[in-house]
Amino acid sequence: MFEWLSDNRASIAAVLILVALGTLIWSIVVGRRQARLRANDEVFGDPVRTRGGWYWSVTGVSALFLVWSYYSWGVARAFFPDAANEMCQIAKLEEAISPIKAALPIGSRYYKSTLLASRNAAQLQELKEQLAAETAFSGAEKVTLAALITDVRALIANSSDPKNLSPETRDKLADITAKLKELAATLRAGPPAGLSPSAEALAQPKWGTTYTEIPMLPITARGMLFDAASGRAAEIASEFNKIRNNNPANDALIADIKTRIAALKKTNKSGEFDEKTRAEREGFVKAVERIFKRLDDGLIFPAAALRDVDAAIADLGAAEQDAKGGLRVAEALFFPGPGIVKSRTQCTEQGSARWLPKPTDVVAKFGQLANPDVENGGGYRGFPLLWWDWLPVSNIVAFFVPDWIADIWPGEYATHGPDGTITPNFKDKLLAIARGDVSLGSIPMLSGHIWDSLFRVLVALGLGIFLGVPLGLFMGVSRFFKSFFDPLIELYRPVPPLAWAPLILTIFGIQDDGKIFLLFMVAFAIMVISARTGASGVQLSKIRASHSLGASDRQIMWHVIFPNALPEILTGIRISVGVCWGTLVAAEMLAGTTGVGFVENIARTVSDYELIWVTILIMGVLGLVFDLMMRWIIKKTIPWRGMG
Amino acid sequence: MADLVCEDLSMTFTNPQTGAVVEALKDINFTLKKGELLSVLGPSGCGKTTLLNVIAGFLKATSGRVTLGGETITAPGVERGMVFQQGALFEWLPVSRNVDFGLRMKGSDPKESAALVEKWLEIVGLQGFGDTPTYQLSGGMQQRVALARCLINDPEVILMDEPLGALDALTREKMQSLVLELWKETGKTIMIITHSVEEALLLGERLFVMAPRPGRVHREYRLPFAERGLEESLREIKHDPYFSEMREEILTMIWDMEEEIMGRV
Ligand SMILES: Nc1ncnc2c1ncn2[C@@H]1O[C@H](COP(=O)(O)OP(=O)(O)O)[C@@H](O)[C@H]1O
Ligand SMILES: [Mg+2]
Repeated sequence: MFEWLSDNRASIAAVLILVALGTLIWSIVVGRRQARLRANDEVFGDPVRTRGGWYWSVTGVSALFLVWSYYSWGVARAFFPDAANEMCQIAKLEEAISPIKAALPIGSRYYKSTLLASRNAAQLQELKEQLAAETAFSGAEKVTLAALITDVRALIANSSDPKNLSPETRDKLADITAKLKELAATLRAGPPAGLSPSAEALAQPKWGTTYTEIPMLPITARGMLFDAASGRAAEIASEFNKIRNNNPANDALIADIKTRIAALKKTNKSGEFDEKTRAEREGFVKAVERIFKRLDDGLIFPAAALRDVDAAIADLGAAEQDAKGGLRVAEALFFPGPGIVKSRTQCTEQGSARWLPKPTDVVAKFGQLANPDVENGGGYRGFPLLWWDWLPVSNIVAFFVPDWIADIWPGEYATHGPDGTITPNFKDKLLAIARGDVSLGSIPMLSGHIWDSLFRVLVALGLGIFLGVPLGLFMGVSRFFKSFFDPLIELYRPVPPLAWAPLILTIFGIQDDGKIFLLFMVAFAIMVISARTGASGVQLSKIRASHSLGASDRQIMWHVIFPNALPEILTGIRISVGVCWGTLVAAEMLAGTTGVGFVENIARTVSDYELIWVTILIMGVLGLVFDLMMRWIIKKTIPWRGMG
Repeated sequence: MADLVCEDLSMTFTNPQTGAVVEALKDINFTLKKGELLSVLGPSGCGKTTLLNVIAGFLKATSGRVTLGGETITAPGVERGMVFQQGALFEWLPVSRNVDFGLRMKGSDPKESAALVEKWLEIVGLQGFGDTPTYQLSGGMQQRVALARCLINDPEVILMDEPLGALDALTREKMQSLVLELWKETGKTIMIITHSVEEALLLGERLFVMAPRPGRVHREYRLPFAERGLEESLREIKHDPYFSEMREEILTMIWDMEEEIMGRV
């Protein structure tokens, strides 16, 4: 069932999108009609005007769904399921010819040759100016060096002159041009008849159903045409990359410069210079040599020699657009953003579609996570999202019973007897229980990433309430408690909880203990402060009345001050839950191996945007559920609030 | 003989910031016999509340002492019940739990307590309201609960600090009748502070008019109206010429005091 839903998510999305579109139009119609009906009864500023209006909520929600679908390419995938595959083939062609384009203005504004010529000439000029101020060289040497720089500069001039171009290079460039034109012609001719996609291509998973986003092998005739063209383009590009402008005028010059640089280096090494001078001389010669080496590669071509290739590439681009045909419209209308790019072995969605997953993909991801069958791809990292498991009772006992209970029990631990065997006494058995070594059966217990997060929050909150409320109440009525504990709490409370995290996690470990302690610190401070505010806000007359009614101090604390502080305490719990939840997720991102925050952190490192969104949604929903629950509890337990 | 006796009672407050000293009470001497109904009247700030708080045991007098039945008062106790202006009810408890608060604190038998609560709710006119949350009651009803809560403990003295001050005229009249009724039926010693001259006349077998700076008993009266109020309607008493005469006399007295205060300031 889930498999089927997952495989057909594009079709499901198509239905949903049509429904949303229909709902949007319908709700606008209803809303407008209602607005016209009511326009007469209501005046501006009448609070009743804000009542009802559910149809506008429907408008908002369906519009949001449509916008989400559009920008995530959900609409595109629903109605043009093959388009991405074709765009991927085009991206392959783009990638194949990109090395040629990079050398031409069409790809990077200037010819690569132009950039090389101007940059190296500028650097040589700089060196020449530097030479005048150089003190490490003698006057005669400076003349030699200036001549050397001039000759290196001559290499640029020689390469840039069309007259120097060797016939061999000229032929090679012409060959590239011809091949590109031939490729353009193939594209213009369109897909040859009788072309059918390979079985392998047809067997590929659909767009978006696996981690590889877009099926790579062409499944349409047009796609196959582009795929074939990309293969040919790659060959042409590699041929183009091998072409060098080695002309006879430069060959002699290059040999000459090489010997002159070698001579200079030898002089530098002769040992007649002190350390500093030598370093300066070597540095200067090395700078000249570096530029020379860049130039003797023969990568600078005369601009005129490349003009034909440039035109052929432009023509190929035009042919590409022609061959796209109807795809061009679909791409412009339904694929907002930069489109599809092929990098290495994958075709990936670019722009908003990259970080904004399609609604159906989010649901599919959630279904996969929620599947408790961990062995078969459910859950995350071998752990379900929320499920149950058998928890040994001994683990719980070990958690609550400390080992020292056994240590302080009278008597000694058993020793091994003369025959080497041990007979455990009561003290040993007590230790075994405290350590959780005794099997006491199992109870069913919730488990999973969500439960782990919840568990941490609940335990920390429970501890915070259990310890914080009494302390807060005493601080509200006793000068000693208030003055003694106030500085201690105010010392750590103003620090943002996450600032404590690295320290706490180091001390208590990255498992539950550390996180629970961190959250406990958060909840404790909030509970203390709210209980204290509640306790010190008790009307004096109520306390006096209780005294006159014969209540003892302890009775007043429990029967008067505590219930009086209850509204503040519950508000404190509500705030604690929110803050703990926020802190927990961040703490789980820092360290740990389970929890919702952990899942999101891993999702981030592998750029799994669907998973990121799913965890964001889970956290939002859980936070909302917590808050609604607290609001309900507050309403039920303190109906007198604000009425006393 | 559970008489309430004040002997040379003085109370001074010192403002910790300015060091200014206020003589809230100075040399107060009186004896309140068991079963007497005393009303205390005086301009605002003359030390009425202070006096009541000292008797209740909430404040410790600077000098002098208060005794009840011969025993010196040092702390609050069940034998001196308090009724406050705003009721000071426990709003998280329903009416019956408010009323039996004192019994629960004592650890009384729940069944007996329940019967007592029924009885007292009926006396104060709140039968059937046992389960109502107190915040849903009107001001007058809340004061009835406060009275019942205090009386159920069977105190020897009932101390009331402007108990009817926040009520509307009609409710107030009904509550005044109730106080007289309770006084008659229970025979308790009652000390009631009020800022209404009419109320003081109606609810005082004895009446103290206090004067400020230092707080002292300025005049003392013995009045017949409370006795009469047990039989006659309070409205008729108010039309009595003697009542009007007394009212005018006391009003003038308080006016003069107020003017003196204003002049001094
Ligand atoms: N806790 C206190 N600290 C300082 N001065 C006080 C305190 N309580 C009362 N007073 C002063 O004592 C005087 C009497 O107050 P109070 O008994 O409340 O007057 P009343 O109830 O008659 O209006 C007033 O001047 C008041 O300012
Ligand atoms: Mg007062």
